[in-house]
Amino acid sequence: MKLDPRIPEGPLESKWERCKSELKLVSPANKRKYKILVVGTGLAGASAAASLAELGFSVECFCFQDSARRAHSIAAQGGINAAKNYQNDGDSVHRLFYDTIKGGDFRSREANVHRLAEISSAIIDQCVAQGVPFAREYSGYLANRSFGGAQVSRTFYARGQTGQQLLLGAYQALSRQVDAGSVILHTRSEMLDLVVVDGEARGIIVRDLIGGKVNAFIGDAVVLATGGYANVFYLSTNAKGCNVTATWRAAKRGALFANPCFTQIHPTCIPVSGDHQSKLTLMSESLRNDGRIWVPKAKGDGRPGKHIPADERDYFLERKYPSFGNLTPRDVASRSVKEVCDEGRGVGKTGQGVYLDFSDSMGRLGKNVIEERYGNLFQMYEKITGENPLETPMRIYPAPHYTMGGAWVDYHLMSNLAGLFVIGEANFSDHGANRLGASALMQGLADGYFILPYTISDYLARTKPGTVTSDHPECKRLEEEAAKRLKKLLSIRGRRTVDDIHRELGTLLWNHCGMSRSEQGLRTALEKIPELRETFWRDVTILGDREELNQALERAGRVADFLEFSELMCRDALERKESCGAHFRVEHQTESGEALRDDRHFKHVSAWEFKGENQTPELHQEPLEFSNVELVQRNYA
Amino acid sequence: MNLTLRVWRQKNKNVNGKLISYEVKQVSPDMSFLEVLDLLNENLVKKGEEPVAFDHDCREGICGACSLVINGIPHGPDRGTTACQLHMRKFRDGDTICVEPWRAKPFPVVKDLVVDRSALDRIIQSGGFISASTGGVPNANSILVAKEDADRAMDAAACIGCGACVAACPNASAMLFVASKVSHLALLPQGKVERARRVKKMIKQMDSEQFGNCTNHFECEAACPKKISVSFIAHMNREYLNAHLQP
Repeated sequence: MKLDPRIPEGPLESKWERCKSELKLVSPANKRKYKILVVGTGLAGASAAASLAELGFSVECFCFQDSARRAHSIAAQGGINAAKNYQNDGDSVHRLFYDTIKGGDFRSREANVHRLAEISSAIIDQCVAQGVPFAREYSGYLANRSFGGAQVSRTFYARGQTGQQLLLGAYQALSRQVDAGSVILHTRSEMLDLVVVDGEARGIIVRDLIGGKVNAFIGDAVVLATGGYANVFYLSTNAKGCNVTATWRAAKRGALFANPCFTQIHPTCIPVSGDHQSKLTLMSESLRNDGRIWVPKAKGDGRPGKHIPADERDYFLERKYPSFGNLTPRDVASRSVKEVCDEGRGVGKTGQGVYLDFSDSMGRLGKNVIEERYGNLFQMYEKITGENPLETPMRIYPAPHYTMGGAWVDYHLMSNLAGLFVIGEANFSDHGANRLGASALMQGLADGYFILPYTISDYLARTKPGTVTSDHPECKRLEEEAAKRLKKLLSIRGRRTVDDIHRELGTLLWNHCGMSRSEQGLRTALEKIPELRETFWRDVTILGDREELNQALERAGRVADFLEFSELMCRDALERKESCGAHFRVEHQTESGEALRDDRHFKHVSAWEFKGENQTPELHQEPLEFSNVELVQRNYA
Repeated sequence: MNLTLRVWRQKNKNVNGKLISYEVKQVSPDMSFLEVLDLLNENLVKKGEEPVAFDHDCREGICGACSLVINGIPHGPDRGTTACQLHMRKFRDGDTICVEPWRAKPFPVVKDLVVDRSALDRIIQSGGFISASTGGVPNANSILVAKEDADRAMDAAACIGCGACVAACPNASAMLFVASKVSHLALLPQGKVERARRVKKMIKQMDSEQFGNCTNHFECEAACPKKISVSFIAHMNREYLNAHLQP
């Protein structure tokens, strides 16, 4: 299989313009004849579905939540980047491009990242026009703040609820199209499989989560906007429902899965409090603007944080990275936190935590300024821990948060399966081996509002509408296959619950494929995952019926997919014998313990092809060319 | 802590439900309320009984999926807190806690603690937006918004669409929900063009979904996990009146 990323010729700055001018268009009169199925209603899915419907295409949109507004984009707190240079601090498209590609440790495509930086500005314009209540200065102009991994203030925000406000903007645009009759919205509906006919994606198999019925939906193109897979770790900052099912099912039907081992561990989350823990809560990275991260200099110092004098504290990020200090990128910060905790200098009951302390900035700016900036986050922290960060330093620890890996897509955001488009976190395209803060919202909306609507038109213009109908034998076959799997899950009636097995998988992955990875650890995980999968299919218990609302059955299907997918993740981590961004192989580090890339051997995208159950997947490489940036060792000191 | 939970069990919308008591032992004060339901469900499954269905997703108080009436109060006793952010340190060992779904005619029970809130989506679909299609919009800083207006719009826009306001209201009124969207958009210059049309359409849809009217009990504000102020209802009424005064 030859991977063609379809990157346009010409200078970097004009590739997207050139691409757009060469794309074929569907005539306005014909657009409604094409049906597009959009799975997922987060930033990427909702913005794509709304924009496509506005253009005149027939759209059907699916989400597993009870309302499109509940997709997990809603939980993003900090902000969205754009190269507006409103602050006159020297920002530019090139600088945003460079920061993003460097932040990703040179494992993403130059052309994609540059396009993202170009589009960033239009996203803010669009969101303001929709009524997103971004923070303002007294002048009435938009306010900005700085974020991890950047030295300019380019982040736009709506208090600590930027994701919510952007999603509501997209959800409202989508709602307008639902009312206009151009989008049919299916809530509480989960995609279980992809229908591929003659090598082209033509539909999806969907379970109605209320009635339990499994049905095929057919279209001329399928768009997956189904988010990331950080829940493979069981404990993550993702919503409980987030899963890998849609992209993994697509992978099993032939779509390549790229860089599955690139998983981001976010440094500022509330530490685990006990075995009952069902999820982890993120504390926005923006807190690092005013909070200083430290641990006691001495091991096992049991004194409460505020009683430890300044000269007995180690502000380790400021010490190691003086120019970025507490604002180093997420991967670098997370590893440093783990390092000091592993040395026995961690704080809190479990020793798995470090302080994020606002006392200095409260002294400098006043308590009320800090409260105004972060009040809602402090309240959330207090609800969960019972401690007030204005009184006692906050405790934080890293947690799985975002996955840079995803379905392989070309410059048009189309997978190797024609007609299958993958957007937002679900694809692999823009963040390389590590994503910078406030970039996920930017990518989701860039894909949905401004890239996919153009590129999908080009595909459709070359396709006749309605070539496949829902009475196609493949639909029937896949409906039956999906129903059979559900029946099988319900028939096992073993001794272990779905969550119990998921938790075990999570611990295994956190230990061996988490913040640092070793050959030995990855080999252990690769041995144990198939055993755990076997245990699942032999000993899991799911009660209730198939043709009713059955939440345990929903979870079981997702965990069964995690149990397959996690093996690919570990295999990819094992195969990538270098450290880059969030992927840290202990065998490959500099003398000072930083990630050591191997550009000679690994300057490529690893795209994996599924070859059948219990078969070794095949690795395809897409070489990455860098002609506009110099590959440097990332240095945040 | 050891607790007794009295939980509403209902197989589906066509049959009657009832409260059933369950003992839950070894509850940690650090647990969230939903983690107690997780624990109960793990125990039930091990005993071969069907787990309790309840809506939840982000578990950090923003997605709005939680819909539990805890001891008679939507989202429970902690002010400004969703059920997922309610932690057990707010309860005492030996407590009996009653857990019911949202109770309101426009929110039919789907199963156990899960209700159908699609009426709220239909209200937004009827007009809760600014009709700005993708592309062709002006530069963001060409639209100036006074900080006070932006802040006030954000106060209203903080609504998570959970429906606690409806569940708390003796009239099952959705006016706080509708008012928060009407106010958010009407306060911003971008939203003023369509303000009259918007408020009329949204209120028409609200009425057709059989939500009641506001009679100033203010239970909605007390139950709102985002503490959205009832003053927005007054704002909506003003918008509605103005919309009808226009020629």
